[in-house]
Amino acid sequence: MSRERTESAGAVTVSELLSVVAARELTGQRAVFAGIGLPTLAAELARLTVAPEIEVVYESGVCGAHPSHLPETIADAVLITGAEAVLSMPALFGSVLQGGRIDVGFLGAAQIDRWGSLNTSVIGEWERPAVRLPGSGGAVEVMANAREVFVVMRRHTPRSFAAALDFCTTPGPDRALADGIRPLGAGVTRVVTELGVLARDGVGDELRLVAVHPGVTVRQVRAATGWELKVADTVATVDPPTDAELRLLRDDVDPHRVYLR
Amino acid sequence: MDRTAGKVMSMREAVAAFVRDGDTVSLEGFTHLVPTAAGHEIIRQGRRDLTVVRMTADIVVDQMLAAGCVTRLVSSFVGNSSAGSLGELRRRIEHADPEPLAYEEYSHYGMVCRYIAGAQRLPFHPLRSYAGSDLPGVNPGIRKVTSPYPAADGTAEEIYVVPPVNPDVTIIHAQRADRRGNTQIWGLTGIQAEAVYAAEKAVVVVEELVADEVVRADPNRTVVPAHAVDAVVVCPRGAHPSFAQGYYDRDNAFYRSWSAISKNPVRLREWLAEWVYGTADHAEYVAKLGEEFWASLAVGEALSGPVNYGRRL
Repeated sequence: MSRERTESAGAVTVSELLSVVAARELTGQRAVFAGIGLPTLAAELARLTVAPEIEVVYESGVCGAHPSHLPETIADAVLITGAEAVLSMPALFGSVLQGGRIDVGFLGAAQIDRWGSLNTSVIGEWERPAVRLPGSGGAVEVMANAREVFVVMRRHTPRSFAAALDFCTTPGPDRALADGIRPLGAGVTRVVTELGVLARDGVGDELRLVAVHPGVTVRQVRAATGWELKVADTVATVDPPTDAELRLLRDDVDPHRVYLR
Repeated sequence: MDRTAGKVMSMREAVAAFVRDGDTVSLEGFTHLVPTAAGHEIIRQGRRDLTVVRMTADIVVDQMLAAGCVTRLVSSFVGNSSAGSLGELRRRIEHADPEPLAYEEYSHYGMVCRYIAGAQRLPFHPLRSYAGSDLPGVNPGIRKVTSPYPAADGTAEEIYVVPPVNPDVTIIHAQRADRRGNTQIWGLTGIQAEAVYAAEKAVVVVEELVADEVVRADPNRTVVPAHAVDAVVVCPRGAHPSFAQGYYDRDNAFYRSWSAISKNPVRLREWLAEWVYGTADHAEYVAKLGEEFWASLAVGEALSGPVNYGRRL
């Protein structure tokens, strides 16, 4: 990717913080299903740092992308040229995802609940919503079939970390089990937010606060969460992004600030 | 029967012949090769009461909604790609403005399975999705059945299924085809083949018509064979603002601008008046954008290596 000089180092933005922390979570991971935006940045940064062997798989059918420029969509032409494989939708969703080949799926959402179920459909009633959101896309399939799921949320508020979802588009394994169907994966295991990191182990486990960013208190995170948030016995402080991580992110991964707002 | 007869036609002829009021019309192309020019011609011809089936309902669907062509939408993603939202779609769903839109919501693989079932004339298709989701509650098409075969541990296994979709017509855009409709696509091939096979009739819009020998020199590149195709329309740059791998790049600036255009219903209708109703056909739309504009979307060369199909001596 093109190299430009880092402009003034400047303060670390939320986008940069989330990308760096999410990239570190990908240490040792192999097949990662990434969406566009922060997951793209995290996956690319991970490829340059903690997970050089990572295979990034996109919903459009691209496996093992080696883009010359930062992709602007999951189907960007730069993801195709030089990719290791490009699959049809039945192959990608059927054989790769449902076939259990994805180690980590990345998802975002408008709302998440304590069990890691997600809403990307509507705010308000489905029939006549206050806000119509884009809907599932492949998120239902990623959640149902990836070994585990990482969620990146730009905003950590009681409305987005909701006691009850307005609509459950993408159910975690606890909801699947309650519906009489044995879940394949662990569901959401990590949530990276502007305030810290939440984690859960799998079926039957609630999200709990395991780390905060420097300067953030546990009380602050609990106040920003719409349910009574469980807190780990020891809450770590996230190491701030290093100069090296920021330099790679700003100069190599997203030099034109497509996602690094 | 002559397999070539009458297959190559203009966009105007193809839409007039294959898209009728009240039809179920599938437009597929996953970000790549979106059949935009076909959507615009449907708008020009004033089709009404259509059910549009499209996995990623995007700008062209927003435009068809604004033009009053669509009463029902079947989709798994309704957004302006990663560049914002669809103003007209949101007004229709959130405020029934100017009229309600019937919306059937699925997930991506749910739609893929609907096309597979449709193409193969199956009564349903199972998938490992939807367990615990609120989607089955708002979409009676998504149902749960008990597998006729016991799971590995001997217990009965429940699984969700989706119904087939069989559009009256499927329209796709592709890089090239021969006169019979043998259609070659490279890059993202999406769900186009299944969408064509699921339909009663299929129209393929291509960047260029090529000689039979070009197709036959690389038959693995043919994603849709002639037997599934009823009409071939030659329409260069007909996927804009999306892209055709190897022909022109995606117009990302237009995607970003669409959110603001479509947020304002007056601006959106002015856009339609100028760019769709105000152009006789897609060639005029292309000319109106201008050579300098198209130069900005030009792509360089990245040729695939040749393969040897072999030849019996």
